[in-house]
Amino acid sequence: MSRTEVLESVDAAVAGIEDGSTVLVGGFGLAGMPFDLIDGLIRQGATDLTIVSNNAGNGEVGLAALLKAGRVRKVLCSFPRQSDSYVFDELYRTGRIELEVVPQGNLAERMRAAGAGIGAFFSPTAVGTPLGEGKEQRTIDGRDYVLEYPIKGDYALIGAHRADEMGNLVYRKTARNFGPVMATAAATTIAQVTEVVPTGSLDPEAVVTPGIFVDRVVRVDARHYTVQGAR
Amino acid sequence: MVSTSSTHALTPDELAAIVARDIPQGAYVNLGIGQPTKVADHLPEGSGVVLHTENGMLNMGPAATGDQVDPDLTNAGKVPVTELPGASYFHHADSFAMMRGGHLDVCVLGAFQVSAYGDLANWHTGAPDAIPAVGGAMDLAIGAKQVFVMMTLFDKQGRPKLVPTCTYPLTGVGCVSRVYTDVAVFDVGVDGAVVRETFGIEVGELQERLELPLS
Repeated sequence: MSRTEVLESVDAAVAGIEDGSTVLVGGFGLAGMPFDLIDGLIRQGATDLTIVSNNAGNGEVGLAALLKAGRVRKVLCSFPRQSDSYVFDELYRTGRIELEVVPQGNLAERMRAAGAGIGAFFSPTAVGTPLGEGKEQRTIDGRDYVLEYPIKGDYALIGAHRADEMGNLVYRKTARNFGPVMATAAATTIAQVTEVVPTGSLDPEAVVTPGIFVDRVVRVDARHYTVQGAR
Repeated sequence: MVSTSSTHALTPDELAAIVARDIPQGAYVNLGIGQPTKVADHLPEGSGVVLHTENGMLNMGPAATGDQVDPDLTNAGKVPVTELPGASYFHHADSFAMMRGGHLDVCVLGAFQVSAYGDLANWHTGAPDAIPAVGGAMDLAIGAKQVFVMMTLFDKQGRPKLVPTCTYPLTGVGCVSRVYTDVAVFDVGVDGAVVRETFGIEVGELQERLELPLS
C-alpha cells in the first residue's frame, strides 16, 4: 500500500479543503480542467479561496462555475480575458475578485520552483515591462533578470488520463499542460482520472507524474465538452 | 538597394507567405495567436519546420476538422489541432524552458507597436478599463533566437505602428529582430530600423509616413 489514497467518490477526494486555501487548478482553457473536482469543491463549500490557474474560467463550467458560486477571493493567472470568460469579467469589473497577472512561463516556473524547493529564481521574462516593475533586478552575464518567488499551493486539483493504485499518472495530449508542475507544488495533490489501473500495469518508462507527488486519486467518467473554435 | 517585389500592399496571406519564405529549413518555430498562425499554411512541402505550441506540444499539425476534433488536443489559442508523426507532448515548465532557454529558432508574433530598437508592445493597450491578460507573450518575446513581428504598418487611424519609442506598455525590451508588414520588411535593433524590402511603396514615401529615420 502506498501513501496515495484511491478514493471512491469525488466528495471524499476534496474533503477537508479549508476556507482561505490556495488551490492550484490544472487546465489550459478546458483541456485538462479537473471539472469533477471543481464541482466537488463547490459542493464541499470552501470559500475565500486563492486560485492559481492559467485562465480564469470559460463559460459557466469548471473554474468559471467556482467563480460564479462566489468562492474565490483572488485569481493568479496569465490570461483571464477570453471570448467566453464573462463570469470572471463581471466579478472583476464590479470589484468582487482580485487579479494578479503572471506571464505564463513565470507562472509555470514559479510552481516548478515551489515543487523543487527553490527559494527564488531570476527570470528574463517581463524585464522592462509593467509586470517586472518593483521586482529585484540583476544583470548576469550581460543579461537582465527579475527575481521571481515560488507559488506554493495548499491543494492542487488536476486532471490526468490514467492512474495506477500508487498514484503514478499519465496524461493525454495537450491536456497535460500544468498538471505535472502543479502536482509537485501543493501540500496535497488531488487527481481526477478516467481510469485507475492495477499497480504494475503502467509502463514505468511512460509515467509522467510519479505517485510521490500525488496524494489522492479519484476515477471519474470521461466528460464530453465542446471546445472553442471547433469546426 | 531595397527591392520592391510587389506593385501593391500585401494581403494577410501574401504577408504570411513572405514570413514563411524566411523561416529556415528544419527550424523549431512558435507561431503566435492570430495572424501569425497563417504562416503555417505557407510553409513549403518538406520544409522540415517543427511547430511548437506553448501549451505543450512539438510538431503540431493543422487545425482539426470534423471527427479529428479532440478536446484534449488544442493549440495556444485553444483551437483544436492535430498531431504530426514525431510529435511530442510535455508540461508547461518544459514548454517554457524551450523558449526561455533559447532552444526555439523563430517566434512570430503580432504587435500593437514595435520600436526601431526592437522593443515590443503586444499585450495591453493600457486602456484603463481593459482587463490585463499577458498569456505567454512576454516569455515568447524574450525566448526565441529570432523574434519576427507580423503586423500592418499603420493602424486603423493611419498612425505608424513602427515607432521611435513604444507608447503602449512593453512586452519585451530589444527583443524583436525583424518586422514584416503589409508594405515593407524591416530589420530592427540597436542600429535602428533598416528597410529590407517594400511592397507597392517607394522608400521615400515610407520615410515620409514614418516618424523615424530609416537606413
